[in-house]
This record gives sequence, C-alpha cells and structure tokens, in this order.
Amino acid sequence: MKVSFSVNDKTVESDVEPRTLLVDFLRNNLGMTGTHVGCDTSQCGACVVHMDGRSIKSCTLLALQAEGREITTIEGLAVGDKLHPMQAAFREEHGLQCGFCTPGMIMSAIDLLQNNGDPTEGEIRDGLEGNICRCTGYHNIVKSIQTAAKAQ
Amino acid sequence: MYRFNYEAPTSIDGTLTALRNNSEAKIIAGGMTLLPTMKLRLASPDYLVDINNIQSLAGITKNNGSIVIGAMTRHADVASSALVRDCIPCLANLAEAIGDRQVRNRGTIGGSVANNDPSADYPAGLVGLGATLVTDRREIEADDFFTGMFETLLKEDEIITAVRFPIPKRAAYMKFPNPASRYAIVGVLVAETSNGVRVAVTGAGSCVFRAQAMEVALENEFTPHAIALLTLDSTKFNEDIHATAEYRGHLVNVMARRAVSALT
Repeated sequence: MKVSFSVNDKTVESDVEPRTLLVDFLRNNLGMTGTHVGCDTSQCGACVVHMDGRSIKSCTLLALQAEGREITTIEGLAVGDKLHPMQAAFREEHGLQCGFCTPGMIMSAIDLLQNNGDPTEGEIRDGLEGNICRCTGYHNIVKSIQTAAKAQ
Repeated sequence: MYRFNYEAPTSIDGTLTALRNNSEAKIIAGGMTLLPTMKLRLASPDYLVDINNIQSLAGITKNNGSIVIGAMTRHADVASSALVRDCIPCLANLAEAIGDRQVRNRGTIGGSVANNDPSADYPAGLVGLGATLVTDRREIEADDFFTGMFETLLKEDEIITAVRFPIPKRAAYMKFPNPASRYAIVGVLVAETSNGVRVAVTGAGSCVFRAQAMEVALENEFTPHAIALLTLDSTKFNEDIHATAEYRGHLVNVMARRAVSALT
C-alpha cells in the first residue's frame, strides 16, 4: 500500500506491506538506523520517535499509521554539527554507557521536558518509565536531563 | 506478524461498512495491546480497520453534569485534561498511571475497555464511577458491559464512540501496579456518587467486579475502619508469578482502605 509522511522535515513516499512496522520502515527502507529495536515488545523504549511532536514507540505502530504525519527521529535533532541541547547534555554528563538505549532515551527526554520544563529528579525517573537502560546507567541519564532542563 | 489488509476510514459509517464486508476484520484503536498480540501471533486478523482518522471520536466535553470522553481520546489527554482534573481528578490520576508515557500517547479509553483486560485500569474506572458506554447504536451501563475475561457486550461490528462519566461527590483510585508493566495486580476505585457508594475492583478476578459488602459497609460509615475486617472470598481470584489469589484478596482490602483514607 502507498504511504507518505514526513521524516525529519523531508517527505517520504513508499509502497509498504500493511504489516511493516514504523521502526522497520525507518531502518530498512530509509536506512535510518539511529532508531533502535531493543525488545520489540513495546517495553524498552529504544525505538522511541516523535509523531506530531509526541513520543511513541515505533515498534508498536504500523508504517501506514504514520500517513500524513510528521515523524522526528534521533537523526533529525542536530542542526548540522550543532547538537540538540538534549544531545549536548547527554554528552556533557556522559549519559550513556553502551549507547544502545540512548536514541530512545533522548527522544523520550525531549518529550518529558516539553510536558514539564522543570522536573524534579523523581519526575524524571517516572517520566523515563518507558525506557530501559540495560547497563543500568540511569544516574547520569537523569543528570543529563537535569542539565538540559537548566540550559533551556 | 501474519499478513493482513488495512483500511483507515474517516467515518463511523465507513468503519461499519469495512467491518461488515470483512468477517475476520478487527478494529485497531491505539494498538497498544493488539499490535503486540499480533506480533506474537496470538491474534491474526486478516483485516485491520484503523479508526485513528475519525476525528469525531476524540475529545473531552462536559455535558449535563457528566464528563464525556470520546472513545479515541488518548490516556495522556485524559491525564492532562483540565476538565477531567477539575471534575473527576481520580480519573485523570488513573489515566496517568497506565503503562508509560509512550503507551499513554497512543492508548485510548475505547480500546482499553473494548479489550477488557482483567488487569486494566479503565474497567475499574468505568464501573466504579457508574459510567455509561455510548456505541454507534446504543448505550450500555458499565455494570452490564464487562461480562468476563476479555469479554464484553460489544457486537462484532459495534463501535464504542464515547464514555459518559457522571461526576461523583468524591472518588479515589488506588492500585498496586506490576512494577514492569504497570498493569494493576489489584486496583480499587471507591466513589461516593449521588446513587450511593460504589467500589470496583480490577486485577483480582477474571473481570472487573463490584465489592458489594464494602459498599454496604462504607454506606454506613465512610472510614477505612469500616472495611478493615472485610475479607473477600479469594478462592477464584487470579493467580500468577506476580501474586497468589490469597495475596490479591489481601490487596483488595488494602487498596480499598487507601482509597477511602485518601477521601477522608
């Protein structure tokens, strides 16, 4: 079936099987491998992208369901060489260990600050409920988001 | 996932036509349960009718002393609605505690109640608050709607369009969540309504139910003490790796008392 939507401000058009998941479409059809597949059961959050500005798990959305929508992935955050403030904060605070969960963490963190510009540590930890870091590196991830919130 | 065909109508009529033309069709709302179930091949509908493009199904309004929530309203929107926070704060809290942020951004009230998972939060919300379900053809009281594990009164081609909540005098929802999924191991909603006290329990049994003995006791005296010694028969309660039936029975009382404490 035909599908057309925007990915990082560029229109993409394609012919997909209805069962194609958005994350597979991004990775396999568009070659955008920044969005990861961790658990593939909507638990871990490695696949989080934004659809019309809200964080969603792209392993639990059909590519066809993005029709006419605006998708933002981790690749769409930096402007040229200039990192998004959240990416810069993760770099500054070393908010990653192996890095596998990082794209999803950053996409969720941006949505978190959109909804709550000045979160407490507890609110950050609650807000990351849908993202799992298998290295258990939450401490610096929380610190990164606090730094990004202050920089706003 | 097995192959399927897909259609996203923009009207209720279009949805009904799609459902009637495809006997194995299934509606997809937020998809937070259906898609994972299809990925595990536990469900394999050969036709998906996506109702996400029907604008009239989403939104929250106040009408004649009731809050009316469109079936496709996302959990995140119920949680952040000033109207819901103002009139039925416990419903906003209930929505806020479902799954995680990303699930709440997609999951819908209509999808949750149509699925009727025995551990879902919304069934307790609807039954506890004495809500009415509005479908494309009729109205159904929440007390009648939930008929068993994953079973409801909905016909194969029937679509929930909205849920109407009468505004209670006071109400609180307390749940003991599974720490991983945030589903309720046990969740209890206690409400004082114009028609008396209602106590609805999710997670404990095969389907949401009302704890009548607690309602009677609280009607007499609305204090945690009034129900402290009331134990429910837990022999038919759910039992899994997370909790035994007996433990769930114990939790019902604890959650009910916490809900009453929050209101007194």
